[in-house]
Amino acid sequence: MTPQDQVVDIDALETEFQERIDAEKKIEPKDWMPEAYRRTLIRQISQHAHSEVVGQLPEGNWITRAPSLRRKAILLAKVQDEAGHGLYLYSAAETLGSSREQMVDDLHAGKAKYSSIFNYPTLSWADIPAIGWLVDGAAIVNQVALCRTSYGPYSRAMIRVCKEESFHARQGFEGMLALARGNEAQKKMCQDAINRYWWPALMMFGPSDADSPNSAQSMKWKIKRFSNDELRQKFVDQTVPQIEYLGMEVPDADCKWNEERGHYDIGEMPWEEFFAVIKGHGPCNHERLQARQKAHDEGNWVREAALAYQKKQADKKQSVA
Amino acid sequence: MSELTQQDALFTYTLRLADNALILGHRLSEWCGHGPFLEEDIGVINTALDLLGRCRMLYSYAGEVEGKGRDEDDLAYHRDEREFTNYLLMEQPKGDFAYTTIRQFYADVWNLHFYTELCNSKDETLAAIAKKVVKECRYHFRHNAEWVKRLGDGTEESIQRMNDAIAEASRFVNEMFEMDDVDQMMVDAGIGVDLNEVKAKWIASVDEVFAEATLQRPEPEYDRSGGRLGLHTEQLGFLLAEMQYVQRCHPGLQW
Amino acid sequence: MVDQYLPLWEVFVRSKRGMDHKHCGSVHAADAEQALQYARDVYTRRSEGNSIWVVEAKHIVASQPDDQEAFFEPADDKVYRHATFYDVPADVKHM
Repeated sequence: MTPQDQVVDIDALETEFQERIDAEKKIEPKDWMPEAYRRTLIRQISQHAHSEVVGQLPEGNWITRAPSLRRKAILLAKVQDEAGHGLYLYSAAETLGSSREQMVDDLHAGKAKYSSIFNYPTLSWADIPAIGWLVDGAAIVNQVALCRTSYGPYSRAMIRVCKEESFHARQGFEGMLALARGNEAQKKMCQDAINRYWWPALMMFGPSDADSPNSAQSMKWKIKRFSNDELRQKFVDQTVPQIEYLGMEVPDADCKWNEERGHYDIGEMPWEEFFAVIKGHGPCNHERLQARQKAHDEGNWVREAALAYQKKQADKKQSVA
Repeated sequence: MSELTQQDALFTYTLRLADNALILGHRLSEWCGHGPFLEEDIGVINTALDLLGRCRMLYSYAGEVEGKGRDEDDLAYHRDEREFTNYLLMEQPKGDFAYTTIRQFYADVWNLHFYTELCNSKDETLAAIAKKVVKECRYHFRHNAEWVKRLGDGTEESIQRMNDAIAEASRFVNEMFEMDDVDQMMVDAGIGVDLNEVKAKWIASVDEVFAEATLQRPEPEYDRSGGRLGLHTEQLGFLLAEMQYVQRCHPGLQW
Repeated sequence: MVDQYLPLWEVFVRSKRGMDHKHCGSVHAADAEQALQYARDVYTRRSEGNSIWVVEAKHIVASQPDDQEAFFEPADDKVYRHATFYDVPADVKHM
């Protein structure tokens, strides 16, 4: 084959690929796909996986301090789900030829990103139900949209995650309601958590569409199905009435219902902070990565021993046979 | 001191089982997000959730037996160190993964044999709880026995760490088989379990797994004891301070 | 220190009796027993199954997308393998 034939070939493959996507057919692991599609997916899925795994840390802080045994059990199960979701996602990324090893190394080396929201500290018990309700609430809006993503294993992982996460936001709201109906100290805690987590939750949807360089291509490939701003608006519209139901305030003086648009308007987002956190300068970036790195390093001798034992057992079997 | 009634004994007996489950579960839950790899992180939390569920059933029943209107949270969050009755082994810091594995394995073997016997209790509630719990125990035993073998017959480092962990845990082992008035009264009433029998089975099971793991079980130089009298190591106070602080700062509220 | 990673295993879960085992994802584990336990811990937390298979990923033999035509298209013209191919008068019952 001459180089020219090859070029023609790839064009044909790309056309066929795009046709398959346009026809809403899923792409499966061994199918031909453009390298950029593969890279985009590995980046996005592994970021998503890292977010789940790092996301264990802020909530995990409060497992040993949960104020009732019931809340403790719910929290423990929820944080475990995050680990599980991280695992489903790593599994999906591995079908693209990336290894868990590489992805975890990239995270620890600071080469891979994860959701900025997990770089905020959990400072009172109220932060725990607030995260369940706002952060998982925002994540679910995103993830429901991703259930129809074009890559089969990612879509299947998302369907599984969404099924399991439905309890996360609900338990969070229930926890907030208990605080909102409690005494002054609890109400204060509740409002304070909303104040600190409102904007970071809105920023989970990423930069506004005008500043989101990868979005157009991802939409064309149907990796993304809705734009950042569309999803953010959906979340605002569903959450503002819930804040009002709690009898709490939205920490945004400009947030009001816009009759004409049929949506809530919001004030200017604190983008400067958003980009600082992404750059690694958020309140807990350093601590989160350090904790992950430490767990991984301290687990090394455990993994090494498990492999050595497996090898000894296999050798034994062989010598008997 | 007034004479021990059967109701008192049943309350104390149930409370002790609950305290052991709560404190061990607490230590295990400290691994959440920090396990040696993601899969084990998830596995460890499953066990912690089992222990938490177990302590809730037992506290609720203890409160019922006591008849003073205390619920699971009153018993877990509003008692001091001196009122906690768990074994000292359960409250020790989680240590490295070898220590966690050995402590958990010791507890798993104890729980497996204890709750298997407790299924025959004449107290219907305890027997029903035991029947549920014993299924979890079988899985925990299986999971951790495998870890004992892997780490005990793994690398030079893992073998060293396991031997250190075994040495570190050994002085707390015999406390788990002490029989006092409460135990005796419960055994006599056909409600409780004879810990001498549990001990014989415990030794047999541990030695069997240790043999495969090429590990030795040393006789302790001396025994520590006192958990059931509320005479704890210094570790428990810190654990409770952390666990109870929200409840203690804001008592009497709904969460 | 050499970083150690565990091999990949594929997990298949049967949701209830009478159903097939269905692929649901993967886990990393050092050996078969561990893979089975992690599959249980990860994929059946909500009573999703009553039977699990695990197989080390490297042992799976898969057809390739390039095999598509050679493998599967020859079956497309054998319409006579399907019941709908045959006309049976409507008044003939139990067919």
